[in-house]
Amino acid sequence: MLNKQLLIVGAGPAGLAAAIEAKKNGVKDVLLVDLNMKAGGQLMKQIHKFFGSKEHRAGVRGIDTGAAMLKEAEELGVEVWLKSTCVGFFDDKVACIEKGMEDGSKKIIYLKAETIIIATGGQENVVRFKGWTTPGVMGAGAAQTMINVNKVQPGQNIVMLGTGNVGLIVSYQLMQAGCNVVCLVEAAPGIGGYGVHASKISRAGVPIYTKHTIKEVKGNGPNGRVSEVTIVEIDPKFNPIEGTEKTFAADTVTLAAGLKPVSELVKLQDIELVFNGPFGGWVPTHNEKMETTCPGIYVAGDTTGVEEANTALEEGKVAGVSAAEALGAISAAEADKQRAEIWARLDGLRMGPFGEKRAIAKKEVMAKFPGVRA
Amino acid sequence: MCMRVTDHVILGQDLNPKMIEITVDGQKVPAKEGEPILAALLAQDIMVNRYTVKRNEPRGLFCGIGQCTDCAMIVNGKANVRTCITPAVEGMIVETQYGYGGANDVK
Amino acid sequence: MSIKEVGYISMQELIDAKQNISDARYAKGPVAVVECVQEIPCNPCEAACKFGAIKIGEPITNLPKIQEDNCTGCGVCVAQCPGLAIVIVNKAYSDTEATIAFPYEYIPTPKEGEEWEAVNRQGVVQCKGKIVKVMNPKAFDRTPVVTVAVPKEFADEVRSIKRK
Repeated sequence: MLNKQLLIVGAGPAGLAAAIEAKKNGVKDVLLVDLNMKAGGQLMKQIHKFFGSKEHRAGVRGIDTGAAMLKEAEELGVEVWLKSTCVGFFDDKVACIEKGMEDGSKKIIYLKAETIIIATGGQENVVRFKGWTTPGVMGAGAAQTMINVNKVQPGQNIVMLGTGNVGLIVSYQLMQAGCNVVCLVEAAPGIGGYGVHASKISRAGVPIYTKHTIKEVKGNGPNGRVSEVTIVEIDPKFNPIEGTEKTFAADTVTLAAGLKPVSELVKLQDIELVFNGPFGGWVPTHNEKMETTCPGIYVAGDTTGVEEANTALEEGKVAGVSAAEALGAISAAEADKQRAEIWARLDGLRMGPFGEKRAIAKKEVMAKFPGVRA
Repeated sequence: MCMRVTDHVILGQDLNPKMIEITVDGQKVPAKEGEPILAALLAQDIMVNRYTVKRNEPRGLFCGIGQCTDCAMIVNGKANVRTCITPAVEGMIVETQYGYGGANDVK
Repeated sequence: MSIKEVGYISMQELIDAKQNISDARYAKGPVAVVECVQEIPCNPCEAACKFGAIKIGEPITNLPKIQEDNCTGCGVCVAQCPGLAIVIVNKAYSDTEATIAFPYEYIPTPKEGEEWEAVNRQGVVQCKGKIVKVMNPKAFDRTPVVTVAVPKEFADEVRSIKRK
């Protein structure tokens, strides 16, 4: 059986940052596994300039940060398996991986890892309304992948449900790709994401309907594709107000109703989970090393609670440093020093009216950590 | 129409990509070399990838990153291939999947 | 109505955030107008200005403030702002016209000399505008900055052009 010092599942910002940090700290043998065709995760579709400070490469586009990280990982000699799915784990950190081979086939590989970092990211939530399974209804992230990675429009006339930062940013990017955004629909009384993102939508003349939801989607287009979308105003208890319906011609509906952590691999282990609403659902508890209740298994990024790319990146670094410490590549004192610097930056990212909730959620998740099992 | 994005302020121009040909339900379909099968189909306005097991309802692109399986099709005879994370290769035979696509049929 | 409810900023919100520019400063020529009234963790604008005309400080969630007298209206901050929330307004452009320089990341990129419809913060067409400058140097990292000349009375309203 293959042996690896460190196996990282998920090559998004968290996994990549973890791999780079582990390598930099002297871990020789780092394997990064991802089911996608390219590494970089969702960073590779973020074509906008990121917020934050200089240390977080603020003002740099996500795609460029992703490309720089890929280059660094390659230069450091991180081994990457793409088109490869980590199917599960056996006892004693034995992983089962369906490896994507060069000829397009898949091969089952078992490998024993001394340490594991699970950074499997998040998954978009669905919203159920009449007709929600109609072809043409899709995640906002899916639409973003189509335009920015695959360079093909998901449709022409698009209704966006949700005005968090994902809904606002993807709406803007759909217009950049030449699509027409018909309107944005938001159940809450206020726009969820940053005002500066909403301002871009407004300047483009696209209406944002707050206190509204989608009532029905009709699929009378070719092959049953979305043809029209009916929205309706809702009262403070989120009940539809009859007679307030508006119907738009559209061929696509994109759902931006938040994400939930992808935690299947975590659940396969005997790792303690806690439920946290603001973080999107069940997440693994962990300590300041990003270590779970299972010794030697670490987590990072949206898997530990849905936030954003910068926090994922920083958490990945913490996990990478901790794995290096566990593998004896650096001393405990050195690891503590590096972690303290990263945590200070993480605190900075979880500030202000938009960040506070996440700071509290992180505290709650970590407060429930019972300790690493012996 | 799902147009290809050939000109973009940030992504630049993508005017002469290398094209290959795949077969989808017996029809020849152009694809950009290396793009996911799903993207090639979308560029031809093919939105339905499969029909569900119980109600025979159409499904298509939903997550685009290999998590939801709504875009599963039969590729080179193999069912349940997630077309959003599988690159198009010259001569590939792609078929719309009905139910389990003949594989793992649960009676 | 606040930006959170309607998706665009009001003049009152700018005043409350102390981001409005004095008439005296406007009379002197081009100046950066930052329209960023929510406390978000972001400060590239502060780092972008070598004249120290944009202050955020600590914590990073502070609202950016323009130091009117330090601002030369050079426009370096416009393409740096990830929120596309900065414009350069020149009310002293001519006797009858003002210019607004704004980030514009759509295709097609306007060309100098063209006439486009100028829109306000809600995307409503205000007047015709003439494109007087289009800048997209490497330092702007693919965020073109377009300068449009409009009748003076629209200087506080016009913030972009209508997409074609």
